[in-house]
Amino acid sequence: MRWLFGSMTILLIVPVVLVIGILVSRGAPAVTMEFLLSEPINGMTAGGIFPALVGTICLVIVALIASVPVGVAAAIYLSEYAKDNWLTRIINLAIINLAGVPSIVHALFGVGAFVLFFGFGTSILAASLTLAVMTLPVVIVATRESLQAVPQAYRDACLSMGATRWQTIRRVVLPNAISGILTGVILEVSRTAGETAPIMFTGAAFFLPFLPQSVYDQTMAMSLHLFVVSTQVPDIPEALPYGVALVLIALVLVMNSVSIALRIFLRGRKKW
Amino acid sequence: MVSPPPITVRDLSIRYENNTVLSGVNLEIRKNEIFGIIGPAGSGKTSFLRVLNRMDAFVDGMHYDGDVSYHGQNLKTWRNLFALRRRVGVVFPLPVGLPMSIYENVAFSPRIRGINDKETLDATVERCLRRAALWDEVKDRLSALGSLLSGGQQQRLTIARALSQDPELLLLDEFSIAVDPVTTMRIEDVLKELKNEMTIVLVTNLVQQARRLADRTAFFLTGECVEVGQTEALFNGDVQDLRTKEYLEGRFG
Repeated sequence: MRWLFGSMTILLIVPVVLVIGILVSRGAPAVTMEFLLSEPINGMTAGGIFPALVGTICLVIVALIASVPVGVAAAIYLSEYAKDNWLTRIINLAIINLAGVPSIVHALFGVGAFVLFFGFGTSILAASLTLAVMTLPVVIVATRESLQAVPQAYRDACLSMGATRWQTIRRVVLPNAISGILTGVILEVSRTAGETAPIMFTGAAFFLPFLPQSVYDQTMAMSLHLFVVSTQVPDIPEALPYGVALVLIALVLVMNSVSIALRIFLRGRKKW
Repeated sequence: MVSPPPITVRDLSIRYENNTVLSGVNLEIRKNEIFGIIGPAGSGKTSFLRVLNRMDAFVDGMHYDGDVSYHGQNLKTWRNLFALRRRVGVVFPLPVGLPMSIYENVAFSPRIRGINDKETLDATVERCLRRAALWDEVKDRLSALGSLLSGGQQQRLTIARALSQDPELLLLDEFSIAVDPVTTMRIEDVLKELKNEMTIVLVTNLVQQARRLADRTAFFLTGECVEVGQTEALFNGDVQDLRTKEYLEGRFG
């Protein structure tokens, strides 16, 4: 049995190794400083990816700004304040279902709600809000789970000293749940940076060799750019799409490792 | 300091949803006494303590009926329950060191009351740790985690924390359950001293502990307050109800 489970584990890492190996071997020659910091030229068959790189970073940041406060607040309400009744059960069910909605459906929702109804047009704002709606369940579920992992005895001890619910949450519950909340944020960053469908119709541009000036501008994005250079542009050097993919993966890893470092730092201060 | 007011309990019954766990309790807790509550598990002792500091408000489905007065005022009409709880210290069965340093554990209650002055906090922390017979063991490592202390030390830490509230009423719920006998005796000595300053309600599984500490003792049995009496009298066989005698003699429970 041990042998069986072990071989499954090895099977699991094979694709990861292959993906990274192929990307590095084929894409690395394309990735240079100039590739990162210049804009695409000659119908995207040459030049760099700077606008897409900046665009993806903007999309992720705006999406985080929109979804983390809402998601954490909602999770705090559901975990700490709300009573367990039919209404909260329906809300929890809705959150789980929201996580299961295909991203292309979110994209259409984004077009209807943010692009048209709120009148943001196709813009970073509309695209980021669409991404935020899509990743909200991840944040809520991760936060709620980590809040519920804090022992009830701490809350009781704190409340019995006359602390209000908010004092209890702020001084005892949140500090001990923060690393779990960050895990949710890490997951969200990965998904946000990689998603293509939700931003295709809401804010990402096919080709736009300028940096966005405000959140109301369209922007290029790494994920869409990868799709474009892989399938839409003829006569492209073979290394270029691999290079784009490699940078996208590296970008997600860098963003994740910042969160992971923060997590390790906070776990070092974890108090039980 | 305001002298501790008596608690009067009239026709108290406690239920969770429709499940009544305690009913028909009538008793009075007097100033500066240690009031023992004994009885086997599931007798409603802990639920009774919860009502005394109105923690029932935080337990889904928990309700009580009847009249519990503190300071002569009905707890149901008490306006600020948070202010009430700040006057009541609680020690739980298993030591709950909050996940913070020893210092912060004891400074927690003053802080939530808005005291942030370092000197005042330092003085409070030292005073409370001394009273709880823990100061000498931890004075050099106040910034260490409270949860790294041994079980007995943690329980004394929670007592120090309860004392930092300057409580008028101290509720102890089977405090010695996770504590070694030597530490238990030390804590009991502390309690005998504290009695001069506050009223103490001591819930315990250990009949002999009630005998050592309590001035008066109530016997709870499966959701009923069987009787209340002077501890010595009860132990000398002067009981109203034979079940009390049998329990004290260790024939059941």
